[in-house]
Formats: sequence, structure tokens, C-alpha cells
Amino acid sequence: MDNWTFGLTMIVVGMGGTLLTLWILSLLMTILKKVFPYKKEEGKEV
Amino acid sequence: MLDAIGSGLYGLVAGFTNLHWSNPIMIVVGCVLLYLGIKKDFEPLLLVPIGFGAILVNIPLTGLMEEEGFLRIIYDAGIATELFPLLIFVGIGAMTDFGPLLENPKIFLLGAAGQFGIFLTLILALALGFSKLDSVAIGIIGACDGPTAIYVTSKYAPHLLGAVSVAAYSYMSLVPVIQPPIMRLLTSKEERKINMGVVRKSASKTTKILFPLVVTVVGGLIAPRGLPLLGTIMLGNLMKECGVVSRLTKAAENEIPNIVTLLLGISIGATMDGRVFLKPETLIVLALGFLAICLDTACGVLFGKVLKVLTGGKVNPLIGAAGISAYPMSARVVQREGQKYNPKNYLLMHAMGANTGGQVGSVMAAAVMLSVLKGMGII
Repeated sequence: MDNWTFGLTMIVVGMGGTLLTLWILSLLMTILKKVFPYKKEEGKEV
Repeated sequence: MLDAIGSGLYGLVAGFTNLHWSNPIMIVVGCVLLYLGIKKDFEPLLLVPIGFGAILVNIPLTGLMEEEGFLRIIYDAGIATELFPLLIFVGIGAMTDFGPLLENPKIFLLGAAGQFGIFLTLILALALGFSKLDSVAIGIIGACDGPTAIYVTSKYAPHLLGAVSVAAYSYMSLVPVIQPPIMRLLTSKEERKINMGVVRKSASKTTKILFPLVVTVVGGLIAPRGLPLLGTIMLGNLMKECGVVSRLTKAAENEIPNIVTLLLGISIGATMDGRVFLKPETLIVLALGFLAICLDTACGVLFGKVLKVLTGGKVNPLIGAAGISAYPMSARVVQREGQKYNPKNYLLMHAMGANTGGQVGSVMAAAVMLSVLKGMGII
């Protein structure tokens, strides 16, 4: 594989993969927050 | 008798006669690193042992990096096996509060944008004639994350380890100098004044405990080659958040990283033998590493501008600069810049969110990179 093909693949798949993974994680975190909402009592316990 | 005296005397001057021209230069470089650490407070925990290691290894005939040498033993045990960076990651996980990120999960995307520089620098390194794996190691300096850079470089380009490590840690400590001009260049005064309001606590303890588990499983499934990096940082964070292993958490926050940092630093310094280190390639690596961090900052700020438009002006683009992994320095820089233009602006917690997103982002970028390399059959 030549360097240009390698570099462009890394940009497209590597950067794209990083963005996609973090986007999925942000969605999952949003869902988790909805499923396990913060209750004011938690703050008092602390 | 005279012969014996002559041989004995030679033993005392052999260190001088075997001095290569590059050794004194590297001893000076070691002293400069010590100066930066001790006098200027630039990442002293690492620059002091690295600087001292560089001095040790440039004194001839010591055998420190030969088979039975003590620096070689430490290097083989912790760097060649990648154990040290991973143990440091357990500590980073235990010391990081991902709370601000969980308050606004969209900020995760800033942590991804802050990794663009890695890939752009990789292309530039390829264009300059570096091999594929060398280019990956050079690009990873842009992660602004020392342990990640060491992990990737020690595995795939060990001959660049000294240069990459020194670049990663030096530039990380120079974030307060490197970032502000780029932030000012890419944003208008009006944008810097945007007030993002107060961060309200909205993530439950259960969410905080589940966060490291979800990141480990999802991230590990997408990029299995990077699971050692991701898994160790998330193990540390799980120990912190679950609250039932306080002894382990304390060890992960203090004793383990303290010991490992010392051994890691001195063995990185030991890779800086003048005969290997002093070549044009090293200067190019340092320059490309600097460029990578500048590009990361620029891409983070530009992505912050995109988020500003998408949210109808609610996001201050400055927080995009914190999408790199230099935690918490980068968040503090954003806070300081924001307050310069609007004294009532408290961007710190928003920037902390982006900064912790950048930490996960840099690890994820390295993990994805390794898995893509594996997929292409390069490693």
C-alpha cells in the first residue's frame, strides 16, 4: 500500500472512527442519564 | 609495574577518551530538561527523571543500557512490555472526574475534534518520508497525552521513543503558551464573550459508575487493539466512582503513579543516547509534534464554532481548545481566556467537560488507529 492511500485511509477511517465512537458514547451517556436520573437526595448524602 | 600503573590510569581516563561528540551535547540537553522541570516547573515529575536519565546514559562505558545494566532492566520490564504507561493510566482514571463531561455528553464530540491534528500530522510525516509506523508514532504526539504516545511509540517505533516522549511532555506543559494565540486567531471578540451559564449537577452516581463500564465495552468492541489503554483508564475511574475500594483508589492516585513515573521517566531518558538521538530526524519529530498540538487546538476551536452555530450561539467556541488531552491545563487556559473578554464568564466546568472528553478522545483515537492498522495488516 502506498503512503497516500495509507494516509487517507487513516484520516477517513481513523478520524471518522474516533468521531463515530465518541458520538455513540455521547448518545449512550445521554440515555444512561435518562434511565438513571440524578436525584437531589444524592447530593444531600454526599 | 609501570604497565600496570599505566593501565590503571587509563581506566580513570577511559570515560573521557571514549566520549563521543554527541555525549556532551546530550548532557547539556539533559541539564536543560532539568532546568525546565526545576526552575520553570514544566512537568517536573517527568522532566527531572528524563533529564537525569539522559545525563546518565551519555556518560560512556557505564553499561547502563547494556544487557545487565539497571536502566536496561527497567526499560525492558516497563517500557518494552508497555506496562508503565498502562499503570499510569490506572492512576489517571482514578484522578479524573468525568462528571463535567457527563453533565453535557455532546461535549464528547469536542474531544474527538481535538484529535484531528494527530491524523493531519501523520499525513505530513508520511509526506516527509517517514515510514508508516514512524508517522503514526509522530502523529500521536498530537494526542497531548504522554502515556498514550509512549504506549504507541514503544510498541511500533521504539527508536523514536526519546524524541516523541520529550515532545509530548514538553509541549503538554507549554499548552498555556501554545493555545491562546490560536484561540484568539480563530475566534471573534463576541464569540469569546459567550456565557454558557452554570453547569448543573445532573449525572447520578449510577451513571458515573456505569460510564467506565460502557466506555470499556463499547470502545473495546469497536477498537479492540486499544483496549489496554481504554481498559486501564476506565478501571481507575470505576474504582474512584464506586467508592468501595478507597485503599486501591488511593494507591492508584498516589503510590503507583509516583513509582511508575520515576521509573518511566528515567528509562525514557535512557533512550536519549547522543549517538542515536542527535540526528535531523529528531528535530523533525519535535517540529511535527508541535504542529500536531497546534492543529488539534485549531480543529477543536473550529468544531466549537460549528457547535456554536448548531446550538444557536449557546456554546463558546473557546471550549473547543480544551478538547485535547492536556488535563486540566487546557481547561484552565480556556477559563482564563474567556474571563479576559467577559469577567462574568465561568467556562471552567464546560472546558473541564471538553478536556475529559479529550482524554477519552485521545485514547480512543489511538485505539482506533491501532485497530485500523491491524485491519490493514500493517501491525
